[in-house]
Amino acid sequence: MSNSTFVYVTYIKTTPERLWSALTDRDFTRQYWLGAHCESDWKPGSSWKLSFEDGRVADSGEIVEADPPRRLAIKWRNQWSPELNAEGYSLCTFEIETVPGDNSDAVKLSVIHSIDRPESAFIKAVSGGWPRILSNLKSLLETGSVVLPKKA
Amino acid sequence: MDEVFKALADASRRSLLDRLHAKNGQTLNELCEGLAMTRQAVTKHLVILEEANLVTTRRQGREKLHYLNPVPIHQIGERWIRKFERGKLTALSELKRRLESEEK
Repeated sequence: MSNSTFVYVTYIKTTPERLWSALTDRDFTRQYWLGAHCESDWKPGSSWKLSFEDGRVADSGEIVEADPPRRLAIKWRNQWSPELNAEGYSLCTFEIETVPGDNSDAVKLSVIHSIDRPESAFIKAVSGGWPRILSNLKSLLETGSVVLPKKA
Repeated sequence: MDEVFKALADASRRSLLDRLHAKNGQTLNELCEGLAMTRQAVTKHLVILEEANLVTTRRQGREKLHYLNPVPIHQIGERWIRKFERGKLTALSELKRRLESEEK
């Protein structure tokens, strides 16, 4: 196998539209992204960046695919660590599916993040952050507040 | 959450998660390699792990790849671990790991 990939899945009691806006609204992302936020106009070919509160750019790239509220793919490159930046672009895909439930519908969010190289340090680094971001996102959408406000 | 605990309460299933932790994105054949379990047993355990959302699968061409999904385990942790305890717990785990590796 020549690439490094992880697939994270979480089920959230919300609608695909609310989840899409949680992923794409700058102020919404600020609430759960451990002290960072995303900016883009979310059209294929547009630039995308993830910035820290003080304005430093953590990661940047380009929107590859945007099919609201179903599918979003971002070409994504680290910008703060020379070692991780040297690995080049990764691809992060978000898939949103409706799951019928007993009382109300839920939404299945899959995050697939991969890079075209084995044993990637970048994938290792982001794989630690995603479970925390996804837990925050789930509690924010379900209860209105997050568990981890800032980077622990 | 019951499903997660039930799925984790079995040593064979935990060893399958360990194998995916060591190498993510494996086919059923790869997962079966070198295991004392039959293919049917592995398949059965994978179904339980998938239902608990601890394992997720993706198709890549003709292959079905299995990935470890740590999100439910993370949520269990967050339920009982308070934010300020996180640093101390990491330090304790690190201490335990270092002391135990010195013994060998």
